[in-house]
Amino acid sequence: MHNFTPVASLIGGILIGLASVWLLAANGRIAGVSGILHGLFAQPPGDRLWRLFFILGLVTAGIAWHAYAGPAPAREGFGLGWAAAAGLLVGFGTRIGGGCTSGHGVCGLGRLSLRSLVAVAIFMATGVVTAVIVRHVIGVAS
Amino acid sequence: MIAHLSAFGAGLLFGIGLWFSGMANPRKVLDFLDVAGNWDPSLLLVMGGAVAMTLPFFRPLIRKRAITFEKTAIDTTLAAGAAIFGIGWGIGGYCPGPALTALSNLSAEALVFVAAMVVGGLFARIWPSPSGR
Repeated sequence: MHNFTPVASLIGGILIGLASVWLLAANGRIAGVSGILHGLFAQPPGDRLWRLFFILGLVTAGIAWHAYAGPAPAREGFGLGWAAAAGLLVGFGTRIGGGCTSGHGVCGLGRLSLRSLVAVAIFMATGVVTAVIVRHVIGVAS
Repeated sequence: MIAHLSAFGAGLLFGIGLWFSGMANPRKVLDFLDVAGNWDPSLLLVMGGAVAMTLPFFRPLIRKRAITFEKTAIDTTLAAGAAIFGIGWGIGGYCPGPALTALSNLSAEALVFVAAMVVGGLFARIWPSPSGR
């Protein structure tokens, strides 16, 4: 447990929660990042611009963070094939499952949605099993 | 325009939270999911801190805004989608928010992941009833 960062993680979580409350209070939108992303490519085209601005905010946060804390350390030994497979599964799964860690997790649990609680329990479970298999059985340096 | 700036600000704060908390570091995420390794429980506190903020405000705000949710069923589509998402999350350590803010790294893995995530979402249109949040 030598990498345990309780204070930073709690503060970061509070900021994420506040940002979600902000988007709901000011824009009337749910801060589910997968839904915001998939909505950019929805047909017929809906209101795309706010989605683009939210995502630009996310990317700008990374740029600002690197300027303050230095560049993020690169991950060695994790192949791009794994990155592509993971991305496909996350994109497909969040679309049919109607949410991700933010939409079902932060927002869905926050409104006491049983549907979101079920989704969170399932993706946590498959996430744990997959991470253990990928690291310890297949031996990927993920 | 004010609404768009507000969405930008919310994304910015959300992203700062992701970096501050460690969620934007896929290795730290996998150290949480990999319970058989050197387990790092930090991400429980990320989720706890975030939900502690949404819990008191979401129900009143949703009522005030009269927001309705199209999808309410707890069915196999929900279960399959969540299971598939979890598998992808467990492989790469990226969920959608961290992947998007990690585009700022200009790393090949973040670019490939996000491109694949968009394609995966488009593939989901062949599913009988795709939903998005």
